[in-house]
Amino acid sequence: MDPRVEHDKQLAVGSHEKPRASERSGDATVPARVRGRSPSQILWLKLRRNRTAMLGLYTLVAMYAAAILAGFLAPYKYDDARHDLPFYPPMLTHVHVFDEEGRLTRPFVYGVVPVDPQLATYRDDTSRKYPIRLFVGGDSYRILWLVSSNVHLFGVDEPGHLFLFGSDKVGQDIFSRILYGAQVSLSIGVIGILISTIIGMIVGGIAGYFGGVTDFALMRTVEVLLALPSLYFFLILRQLFGTGMSSIQIYFIIVIILAFIGWATEARVIRGMVMSLKEQEYVVAARAMGFGNARIIIRHILPNTLSFVIVTATLSVPFFILGEVALSFLGVGIQEPEASWGNMLIAAQNNRYLNDFPWVLTPGVFIFVAVMAWNFLGDGLRDAADPRTLG
Amino acid sequence: MRTFLIRRLLAAIPLIIVVTFITKALLVASPGNYLDNLRLNPSISRDTIIRMERMYHLDSNNVFERYWYWFWPALQGDFGYSFTKSAAVWSLIGERVLNTLLLTGSALIFSWVFAIPLGVFAAVYRNRWLDKLIGFVSFFGLSIPSVFFSLLMILFAAKTGLFPAGGIHNQVMWDVMSPWERFVDTLWHLVLPMIVLGTIGLAQYVRQMRSSMIETLSQDYIRTARAKGLSRRRVLTRHALGNAINPLVTIFGFSLATLLAGALVTEFVFGWPGLGTLIFDALINKDEPLVMASVVMLVLMLVIGNLIADVLLAIIDPRIRLE
Repeated sequence: MDPRVEHDKQLAVGSHEKPRASERSGDATVPARVRGRSPSQILWLKLRRNRTAMLGLYTLVAMYAAAILAGFLAPYKYDDARHDLPFYPPMLTHVHVFDEEGRLTRPFVYGVVPVDPQLATYRDDTSRKYPIRLFVGGDSYRILWLVSSNVHLFGVDEPGHLFLFGSDKVGQDIFSRILYGAQVSLSIGVIGILISTIIGMIVGGIAGYFGGVTDFALMRTVEVLLALPSLYFFLILRQLFGTGMSSIQIYFIIVIILAFIGWATEARVIRGMVMSLKEQEYVVAARAMGFGNARIIIRHILPNTLSFVIVTATLSVPFFILGEVALSFLGVGIQEPEASWGNMLIAAQNNRYLNDFPWVLTPGVFIFVAVMAWNFLGDGLRDAADPRTLG
Repeated sequence: MRTFLIRRLLAAIPLIIVVTFITKALLVASPGNYLDNLRLNPSISRDTIIRMERMYHLDSNNVFERYWYWFWPALQGDFGYSFTKSAAVWSLIGERVLNTLLLTGSALIFSWVFAIPLGVFAAVYRNRWLDKLIGFVSFFGLSIPSVFFSLLMILFAAKTGLFPAGGIHNQVMWDVMSPWERFVDTLWHLVLPMIVLGTIGLAQYVRQMRSSMIETLSQDYIRTARAKGLSRRRVLTRHALGNAINPLVTIFGFSLATLLAGALVTEFVFGWPGLGTLIFDALINKDEPLVMASVVMLVLMLVIGNLIADVLLAIIDPRIRLE
């Protein structure tokens, strides 16, 4: 047997002090490590054995943690512009750990002499060295609206500068903006999927449970929503709100628009499940006991769709992330100076910038990694939720 | 077959009415209109603005009234004049639709041509390294944002000079080109946006092809064919492929909306003058006649695309009859 499976098995047994009744009875068709466990425990056990899914999960945990801690991890604020240093090349490879005599020293960067500000060419000024220091003071920031601080993980003293991924058109640090942009781009996926899943569960539950005319009307709406190219629909809905709004308003408008379009997929899946679940004995029993329809749908039927809801929700998160990116890139989403991964890519629309300063594309790498990680996780969850594989 | 086609096309009429009505309602409900820009222009008198407002029927906020002013002439084939470009809407849209069809059509061909063999290989060499490689590539295609991919392609074009970095044809030389040169030039400009747009669908098709091929290969008739002594190749191409392709045709219908949405971003980045960029500009400028006509074209393209998918399915699968 696969040693990892054996290990899991030990873990699974070890975590319970007393074996449960079903385990003792020894049902031969169900593997021991699965017996007596709730569906979500089984899901997790199976997911843990899927290496790509776990890779996706770890990547996401790291990315979301970085987004939450953006203020602390980023050496600069998102709108902190060094107008004298536009399009400064990435310094990740220009962090020196050896001094002139070749001795290992505290990492440092050199100062800069602008050669031609028009062409954004620079030369290192080796006479000025700025050591990279940990836990330096700087701009104040808040983490999750709770903790307020001005200590940054690392940074260099003024007038030195540290642009790990380079700087953009107005001399803002791309590294810091990616961290702040992650707050927007990554959270939109999660908040959007929460809203659209709730709408989808309610609509799908109602359509599947009541059937008939209600079902017909709701499902035609769903079909229209699914048949329309979503991006056009965004744009038409987006212009409903006009321009000149604060960034927080735009953020919520984007979330609402995306959720308004995104719920259709969920609703269709849940409707199908509810239709089969409502014929189950326990639902008939609940009805016979005189429970109201709302209670039966919410308490008895919907919880049983949860594993599929989680799978479809996970697989739909990229839709929201990419939706925000597309809207912001087209200029109708998050506006400067606020950072989002989509609006940071606008600079690359200019062929000269793209050609001469290709590091403006860096946010794209992060979008790609985030979407890939969600897809990995969603795919793993789908396999794990498949009842045909009991692990 | 004929009744089926007619019925499906008739069913598109309520869809077009609903979608255009919603679009009009959203346009009416949104703040401001096209004349706002003109109001800021001091050389245009207030009387002119009021006259234009009346002429364009922008003075009413009644959705039904505004919709009727659009719907009734449109029914007679008059889609009005574009506010911004002062030309008949039809003359503006025609070429754009063709460009979008060229882009989406070639992207579809691109994704099918690659997806079918890749999916078959992945299924035949299931769980071997080739399958894993193909799986990884399709994950890549599924995850790469088309905005980013387009920009990477333009960077590639600019650095190597192998392909033009955007546009639909060579602006400078176009007028002096022979028809053949024009054809080649357009194809040359088409390659990169086609790859970008085709990759989105490619990943989806490969995964579908792989799973339906695996399912087909486990059927009894495949074992029978092998037992009869037919070669592996013949079993794959003659017995399995035709049956495995059905679900692919079905998702082709569903994926048209995604394709058109993807086309918008690709057109935008590559400067491809298609329907997507036209709608985008029209929406930004609140050019209502142009928006409405483009939306009609968009829905028509979707309906016809779905119809093609259904007909294809009926041709491939003799069990399906169109009635």
